[in-house]
Amino acid sequence: MLKGGYVGRILRVNLSENKISVEDINEKWAEDFIGGRGYATRMLLDEIDPKIDPLSEENKIIIATGPLGSTYAPSSGRVMVITKGALNGAIACSNSGGHFGPELKRAGYDFLVIEGKAEKPVYLWIYKGKVEIRDASMLVGKNTKETDKILKRLTHPEAGTFQIGPAGEKLSLIANATFDGHRMAGRTGVGAVFGSKNLKAIAAKGNLSIAVADRERFAKAVYNARDMLSKDAFTGKGAAKYGTAVLVNVINGVGGLPSYNGHDAYFERAEKISGETLAKDNLVRAEGCDSCPIACGRVTEIRKGKYKGKKGVGPEYESIWALGAACGVDDLDAVVMAGYLCDDYGLDTISAGATVACAMDLYEAGYIPKDDVGFELRFGDADALVKAIELMGKQETEFGKLLAKGSYRLAEYYGHPEFSMSVKKQEFPAYDPRAIKGIGLEYATSNRGACHVRGYTIAAEVLGKMDKNTYEGKAKLTKTLQDLTAALDSTGICLFTTFAIAGKEISELFAAATGFECDESEFLKKGERIWNIERIFNIKAGFGRDDDRLPERMEKEPIKSGPSKGMVADLSGVLDEYYELRGWDKNGVPTKEKLQELGIEDLL
Amino acid sequence: MKILYVDVSKCTGCRACEYACSFAHDGLFNPLNSRIHISEFLDDFVFVPAMCTQCEDAYCVKVCPTGALSKNEETGVVELDYNKCIGCKQCTIACPWGNIKLDVEAKRIIKCDYCGGGPECVKVCHASALQFVEVEDAVLDKQHRSAIYYKDIAQQGV
Repeated sequence: MLKGGYVGRILRVNLSENKISVEDINEKWAEDFIGGRGYATRMLLDEIDPKIDPLSEENKIIIATGPLGSTYAPSSGRVMVITKGALNGAIACSNSGGHFGPELKRAGYDFLVIEGKAEKPVYLWIYKGKVEIRDASMLVGKNTKETDKILKRLTHPEAGTFQIGPAGEKLSLIANATFDGHRMAGRTGVGAVFGSKNLKAIAAKGNLSIAVADRERFAKAVYNARDMLSKDAFTGKGAAKYGTAVLVNVINGVGGLPSYNGHDAYFERAEKISGETLAKDNLVRAEGCDSCPIACGRVTEIRKGKYKGKKGVGPEYESIWALGAACGVDDLDAVVMAGYLCDDYGLDTISAGATVACAMDLYEAGYIPKDDVGFELRFGDADALVKAIELMGKQETEFGKLLAKGSYRLAEYYGHPEFSMSVKKQEFPAYDPRAIKGIGLEYATSNRGACHVRGYTIAAEVLGKMDKNTYEGKAKLTKTLQDLTAALDSTGICLFTTFAIAGKEISELFAAATGFECDESEFLKKGERIWNIERIFNIKAGFGRDDDRLPERMEKEPIKSGPSKGMVADLSGVLDEYYELRGWDKNGVPTKEKLQELGIEDLL
Repeated sequence: MKILYVDVSKCTGCRACEYACSFAHDGLFNPLNSRIHISEFLDDFVFVPAMCTQCEDAYCVKVCPTGALSKNEETGVVELDYNKCIGCKQCTIACPWGNIKLDVEAKRIIKCDYCGGGPECVKVCHASALQFVEVEDAVLDKQHRSAIYYKDIAQQGV
């Protein structure tokens, strides 16, 4: 009997058969895999063959909430999209804030499973437990913001909404899933999977009350966590004032900001695109996701130059890096504009920016002819950046179609896949693996391709006390953070809270809400279990040790300038150490003993 | 006397206040049963909190046929006595702002009672958009901020 945290029901919508069904959640799985990312991955492993084509009818999408969602636990409204990812075919869990997750939960469901493929574009309307599959022809081609607006008119003015933009409709492999018109599950191309199912949008509105197992204990845990968050320099002050972009100067300051498609890890004009400059020139106000005291969201406008008058949200640190430093662009207004365009089309800003950077690199090396692009595509050219994003979003030209497939396919097409700064075909985020050693191991081993939010080693290596220049201790750090994040993601809490709180506080919130007794070490164990089932999915999908590697450039081309000048990456030793710590064999396959210890030996 | 002061310009739209309110009153999380409500205007990203303003000359008190609603002169709160309330809902019609409302079961009138002197919504508002302050201090912060604005104009004029 579930005591709290969960609604207890799963909604299943089969778009091929127009069939809607409801089932109870498996309590054992809820205890073992928490919810959100963990529970949904366990479900997906059960329900699809990991070998299928991610854009085929057989793929399923699970939209998952966590047991802390729709409560006042800090930053607890995350919603996860779990599917076989479009960008690389690995297990995808892309995660977003906003208010959709809590609204779905109050509408009656912890999980929404989408199966099959609709004949024509449709949207779902989930209202107080009831579900309708509706014609979405009026939404086709509309950008994410417009879709959100129309959807609210068609359903309920205070509905939580989900949508894909034109990029997702056209199956761009770097398309994101947008929530409430402005919050994105950005990575792994989940937007394309929605597009492949002809599912344009979802609206949800509910009226259920969410209970917790122990009210007094929960309130105490929440206020303790909120107190710690407000006292922390980043979550309490820095993030609200400068957003995540506060990191631009910090990371560049240690020589870890990749620039010019990874040719360097220092951007000499970083100040011009910093969070401080953004706050001065573009910021209108801060915005918070559901129940979030941090409010890192940026509402911005462009006040000068050729894009004057445009308004929108963002850019985040990652977007500023990808559309700025990675492309050598120092014009913040153009970066902001490129970010707005990505948001409108429904493109992942990290992959989109990094793909343009890769294209600029290939162009300057003479591998992309000018006729293919139609204009000069050189590093540092702000106009070219914006034009390239438009090509990518509209996909009206052959080159635009190539860009929309991400940097790996682009570079492969022009005969030089080594120009793509990616792992498992997914572009790096904004930290250089040569300069910051632990994050390199994290990129290589992250089960959805290069990623910073599966185990944010930066918190220890740059903002904390660990030495960023050595691999010593990084296998342990990476494993611990990956396990912690897997568990934390599954509760529905935002990773940003971990600047101030950790396993102890989050496991207490989880236990108080659900009644599943769970101390910190048990919580980490759950995380490890989740990490291992994700690995199992990937192994079954055909991934192995050879995929856990960084691109050649990171190993062979030393950083050219800045504080980390001369450094290269070398994972050879630390990868073995990591496998051993994980209890995996030298090929990266979990051993029988490890799986038995985690109680999942029947899954591989 | 303390009042619940709202600074619309600071609200980030996180809605933690709605959760805190419903949980403090009912032990369950349900924004629809919250005495405070955040209206979102996403086009402009403006979020407007609204709750009972504890009117001096309250329409809800006037229309209440049983005297269940009354103004507490000491605390300034318009109080609701459930022993006297018959659920006629006249107060919800009379309130010009929709700030006295029905819960989702449509069986119970709910309104802000300052949580008996320490509003829970204020405790979770990290943006300080909600403050429970002495009436004298309520607008000083805002006046000070607008004074800074005029100071800048004055300096530019020199």
